[in-house]
Amino acid sequence: MLSLALQAASETPNPLIPEIPDLFWSAVVFIVLFFFFWRYVLPRISAMLGERAELIEGGIQKAEIAQAEAAAALEEYNKQLADARAEAARIRDQARVDATRIGNEVKEQATADAARITANAQSTIEAQRKTALVTLRSEVGTLAIDLASGVIGESLADDKKANAVVDRFLAELEASESSKAKA
Amino acid sequence: MGTPFELNRIMLVRLFVAVVIIVVFTIGVRRLRVVPTKFQSLIELGLDFVRVGIAEDLLGKKDGKRFLPLLTTFFFMIVAMNITGIVPGINIAGTAVIGVPLLLAAIAYVTWIYAGLRKHPGSFLRNALIPPGVPWPLYILVTPIEFLSTFIVRPVTHTLRLLMNLIVGHLLLVLCFLATQYFFVTAPSFFKLFGLGTLAFGFAFTLLEILIALLQAYVFTILTAVYLQLALADEH
Repeated sequence: MLSLALQAASETPNPLIPEIPDLFWSAVVFIVLFFFFWRYVLPRISAMLGERAELIEGGIQKAEIAQAEAAAALEEYNKQLADARAEAARIRDQARVDATRIGNEVKEQATADAARITANAQSTIEAQRKTALVTLRSEVGTLAIDLASGVIGESLADDKKANAVVDRFLAELEASESSKAKA
Repeated sequence: MGTPFELNRIMLVRLFVAVVIIVVFTIGVRRLRVVPTKFQSLIELGLDFVRVGIAEDLLGKKDGKRFLPLLTTFFFMIVAMNITGIVPGINIAGTAVIGVPLLLAAIAYVTWIYAGLRKHPGSFLRNALIPPGVPWPLYILVTPIEFLSTFIVRPVTHTLRLLMNLIVGHLLLVLCFLATQYFFVTAPSFFKLFGLGTLAFGFAFTLLEILIALLQAYVFTILTAVYLQLALADEH
């Protein structure tokens, strides 16, 4: 029956009636190609496309991170710059205040020193003058007594007398001086 | 004649085509780079045509990915088998006998019915045969028509569209080139001029066959995707 049908088909082939080998080899080819694409080609392509998308997305992400980092660094730099400026201004102001203070202190110190030195000098001078006056008085007295002793040839050993003489002499001297000054 | 494994010229063409596809794509995807070489770009272009242009466009990302192996196999198998019709020395399309078109159409038929039943187990057949929104007396008319057009005519046209395009293309080319041969060699000298005309027609039809080879592969694949889309759609 089948062979008769096949024989008939081979005599006048009808293109719409499939023959068994035709279907068989079609199926073989289809199954082989289907598994080839399904199991080999498409997974590989899919993996590659995933990798590519990841790479592109990763690149974009990386760029975004880099940009954020750069922005942060810029901000940090600006902040540091502002801080440094503020610091510099503060130091400058402080220095100005310090300089004024130190200058005033030095001036005051110098004035005080000068006053002190002047006072010292004056007191020294006064003391010396007094010493000189006392010394002079006694020496002039002695000298005058000696001289007068020599002149009058008489010892003026009696201290009481001598002192009286000297005092009288000095008084006269002062009196003459004051009269001279009056004149 | 007789065994199911008998090889004739067309069966050998099909096996040859399978080998060529496997070799070309193996070379193409063996060392895939993220930055593609020229040949890889070409392979990607072909695969993307099916993946983006047919599968994802009609079925969306998820279902597109599900049915991509089937659609890809359909497209490249049919293109390659069609194109053998104009390859010198082969001169017969692997799809020009009914085996391949019938088998592929049957696979598409089973696949879209399976996809529809799986997605809408309760309502798929009812929606296909008894479309909602029709006054009930009309179902007497509508249901047989729907049954015929969806479950009978659809796979038959799916098969025959491809088969007949390729058979007719082959016949046209054979006719043109045999006539040219006859006019140039056998016919009396006066008729030799006709040979130029038939040769020109043969050349023109060869170019046309390239177009048809690509177009019919595209049509077959996209129709498969459309049937799947209709079966998977939420409402008919």
